[in-house]
Amino acid sequence: MAEKNLKYEAKQVLERYANLVARLTPKSKLGQGCLRAFWVGGCICVLGQALADMGTAWLQLTASAASGFASVTLVFLTALLTGIGIFDRIARYAGAGTVVPITGFANAMTSPAMEFKPEGWVLGTGARLFTIAGPVLVYGISASVIVGILYYFIRWQ
Amino acid sequence: MPLHRAGDHTIVFPNRPRIAESAAVVGPKEGRGPHADGFDLVLEDALFGQESYEQAEHAMFQEACERCLKKADMPKERVQALLGGDLLNQIMAASLAARELSIPFLGLYGACSTMAESLILGSVLVDGGYASPVLCAAGSHYCTAERQYRFPLEYGNQRTPAAQWTVTGAGACLLTKEGSALAHVTHATIGQVIDLGIRDANNMGAAMAPAAVDTLCRHFLDTGRKPGDYDRVITGDLGQVGADILHELMAERGYPLPEGRYMDCGLSIFHKEDDVHAGGSGCGCSASILSAAILPRLKRGEWRRVLFMATGALLSPTTSQQGETIPGIAHAVVLEGGEE
Amino acid sequence: MLLYLKVFIVGGLLCVLGEILILKTKLTPARILVLYVTAGVVLSALGLYTPLVRFAAAGATVPLTGFGHLLAQGAISAVQETGLLGAFTGGVTAAAGGIAAAVFFGFLAAICFKPKPKDY
Repeated sequence: MAEKNLKYEAKQVLERYANLVARLTPKSKLGQGCLRAFWVGGCICVLGQALADMGTAWLQLTASAASGFASVTLVFLTALLTGIGIFDRIARYAGAGTVVPITGFANAMTSPAMEFKPEGWVLGTGARLFTIAGPVLVYGISASVIVGILYYFIRWQ
Repeated sequence: MPLHRAGDHTIVFPNRPRIAESAAVVGPKEGRGPHADGFDLVLEDALFGQESYEQAEHAMFQEACERCLKKADMPKERVQALLGGDLLNQIMAASLAARELSIPFLGLYGACSTMAESLILGSVLVDGGYASPVLCAAGSHYCTAERQYRFPLEYGNQRTPAAQWTVTGAGACLLTKEGSALAHVTHATIGQVIDLGIRDANNMGAAMAPAAVDTLCRHFLDTGRKPGDYDRVITGDLGQVGADILHELMAERGYPLPEGRYMDCGLSIFHKEDDVHAGGSGCGCSASILSAAILPRLKRGEWRRVLFMATGALLSPTTSQQGETIPGIAHAVVLEGGEE
Repeated sequence: MLLYLKVFIVGGLLCVLGEILILKTKLTPARILVLYVTAGVVLSALGLYTPLVRFAAAGATVPLTGFGHLLAQGAISAVQETGLLGAFTGGVTAAAGGIAAAVFFGFLAAICFKPKPKDY
């Protein structure tokens, strides 16, 4: 709706209704949400640290390789839990606790890949794999290229 | 020739078209709800033996139509029109069902208001002597609606408290000019599209409530009736938030809804503890509750007259992403029980 | 053990920030992901993220800001080694493990599993 073209009275009606809706719509529980996000998100990071430490101790990985090993393992676990239909239940409890760690990225790739399988391997699974997580790559990679170019000219570090 | 009308928005049906039979098919979660006994078939799993959920939605729609015809002992070759729709893009569930049923078909889209829309148009055809019998149907499926309007099923996200749960279900009604009747259709109020600027796709009740208020007020104005003249004023799927807004706005407009005489299909299809937040939604919600809980009560004489108003949020993910608000619509029909 | 406590607290706090953003700003989780990655790239380029990684290890690398950090540091060190071309190769090379794993395991899950109706 082109709100800027509305008359003053019509704007008043919209504003009044928005207030009514805000008053009658139940709010999400912020405290409970934060607590759940905190402990689940914290535990996922601890699991990542444990995996990295195992990589260093048992597989003699370098620090950065161990960190990569932890990421790949977390992504694998997420794909597995998404596949057997458990991840979304954890996410429903934890909210940002599963979205913010790399598990959120992995789930955002796995779930549409499964969902759109009936539309075929190429245009279903193949193309839709990136529907939710694609923007992460677009903006993350673009930002890193810009940083690289700027660094080439300025060399601040 | 005089128009069969009351006021500017309401149709009066002088021949009182009959709802001869009805049927409802629902998913397993709906089948565990308070109206479990009223449904004709509860699916064991949401795939209904099909390859995809879209196919399941089509099969469910068709099953509801076929069961309705069987209960009425009506061969499908004699049905002169099928009016119906669903929530899929290009209303494919209804179209595919119509392909299999081979009944002349008018596809309808009114989002979750489709059942009332099809009843109104079906009644017009029957009352005017243009067709009889006419089959009216609507359906929706949780798994197809989620991927189309929201996220993949396995995507982990939290639902907000105002979010509603799309009903997996389909309902069908057979309208006839004569013969036995569960109920008669006596009036219909065609709603206007009303939009008060709601953008939150997780708060459909708030998007639809203004349209519901508008249609109700126009209906009472046109007919000179009051909410108390109905045993129940029934809305389709306003859910908890929409119903609260409706009560407040109707009182403000001078038509307070009497305590205990209001029902919302979305609020009554699931148990409260079933984690559905603000309630059920979808075309299949009002369509299946109409058949499972409303028409049987009218037939038994428990209710004599109800106002059945299905409400729809005309949401499109495309225009929504372009910043467009969510328009609402509501259509009402008056149903009167038993033989006159 | 102290390291694990730091991992838990920093990782948890980054998630709490995300939860507050989701609940208070109506940002969808997909936008949160984009915001976190981009924020990670920018903070890392400004030299603010490396100290956090030194302090909290996985508590800073597992959240998606860590993914952004990886992209930015990769681009910077590749520019140091190969010049301007490094701006294009460095980020993705450093983050390749996570990206390839998500693509491959996502594809594998699609082969092995079907989405289930949510009936609880």
